[in-house]
Amino acid sequence: MESKTGQSPGASEEQKRYAAVLDIAMKIGLLAIVVTFVLYLIGFPKPHIPVEDVSQFWGMKVKDYLEATNIEHGWTWVKEMGKSDFLTFGPIAFLASVTVICYLSIMPILFKRKDAVFAVLAICEVFILVLAASGVLPSGGH
Amino acid sequence: MSKRTLLFVAVLLVLMAFFAVSVVQAATGEAAPANPGGADSGLVWWAWPLILLVVTFFLGIMAVLGGVGGAVLYTPIIGGFFPFGMDFVRGAGLLVALAGSLAAGPGLLKKGLADLRLAIPVALIASSAAIGGAMVGLALSDAIIQTAMGGAILAIVVIMLLAKKSEYPDIQQADKLSTVLRISGVYHEPSADKDIDWKIHRTVHGLILFVGIGFMAGMFGLGAGWANVPVLNLVMGAPLKVSVATSKFLLATTDTSAAWMYMNAGAVIPMIVVPSIIGIMLGSLVGVRILARTKPSAVRVIVLVMLVFAGMRALLKGLGIWK
Repeated sequence: MESKTGQSPGASEEQKRYAAVLDIAMKIGLLAIVVTFVLYLIGFPKPHIPVEDVSQFWGMKVKDYLEATNIEHGWTWVKEMGKSDFLTFGPIAFLASVTVICYLSIMPILFKRKDAVFAVLAICEVFILVLAASGVLPSGGH
Repeated sequence: MSKRTLLFVAVLLVLMAFFAVSVVQAATGEAAPANPGGADSGLVWWAWPLILLVVTFFLGIMAVLGGVGGAVLYTPIIGGFFPFGMDFVRGAGLLVALAGSLAAGPGLLKKGLADLRLAIPVALIASSAAIGGAMVGLALSDAIIQTAMGGAILAIVVIMLLAKKSEYPDIQQADKLSTVLRISGVYHEPSADKDIDWKIHRTVHGLILFVGIGFMAGMFGLGAGWANVPVLNLVMGAPLKVSVATSKFLLATTDTSAAWMYMNAGAVIPMIVVPSIIGIMLGSLVGVRILARTKPSAVRVIVLVMLVFAGMRALLKGLGIWK
């Protein structure tokens, strides 16, 4: 198949923007994960569960794990970020938020181009991801 | 190396892995301890995270060489052979797939191989369904999850064996929905040194299938690449390279929604997640470097045998036959 439309290959403006934001955010997130994990391994600051005790709990079902470790689910880890195990949640949550950041970054381009359909789809996607992140949806646990 | 020899080597590797697992269990003094890897397992606390790092490193290499996603190997293998609860394994599996997709995304988007207009509607459907899958998956017991996942993995192997690939599907006419959404594009094919323009059809059929794909990804903590690519390529008619690249890219969106559900449920343990992410990503980097010097089809056979073994292990473990 040869190009018949005369279009040039390559990324669109919103695609380039998405890629640029993704590249930076992803690298920041991965670096932060490594740094905070090293802090956790050396125990600075003091973790909620010492590293040598984690193995007692990792075989449990999540509900039993939360009870045994006195950890609350949802976003309560934010209050506990003074402890090194919860500190690692910060970059993990950041990585899980990168997609939202990227979608938000392309919306001005979509609106500027009056690409209403894709702007609405992008807004819907952000809504879905924020809903999932919010913790308002029941997440089982047995 | 002939295919028969390769199969023999693959079976031998699998048997050696089984033997190694048995040796570790024997060394810990129990055949099936209540909490293997726990404080009474006889292993130092850093043993299992270190083994996890090494194993995921090799999984990262195998995933690249075998042309599969990391999570489809990660979740059944780690869930089957490590002492971690399935909730934590699935949470980690989703984050592993997410990290891999985020890392690959910029390059694929810049080259125009992954297409944002193709990905956005598909990702919306899949990510919504993944939330439902995660909610159901977290409500089910480990035994049911292992059994269902074992069956799913074996079905995935069958799909991977039988699914044909079409490098450049000949789509005569784009369907109405893809025309309205302007889902089409052009990419440069270096091997032929020409620009390939493409369009898709059966968009509604594809979107319906992505409901199921997203649900399974959320429920089992698997990446969805094994299903994304056949649907994008064979059902919707996107060129193979565009399908593979777009699949890798949209995994980030699909898995983000499910990963948040697992995180909010408390099913994320950094001691499992972080070594896994680091291992898989380092392995992927090495895999990309040695890809040019290996025969991907040969490695794919080994990967398929690994998946069969992992699927059988999950199925039998869930049924209580192989503890």
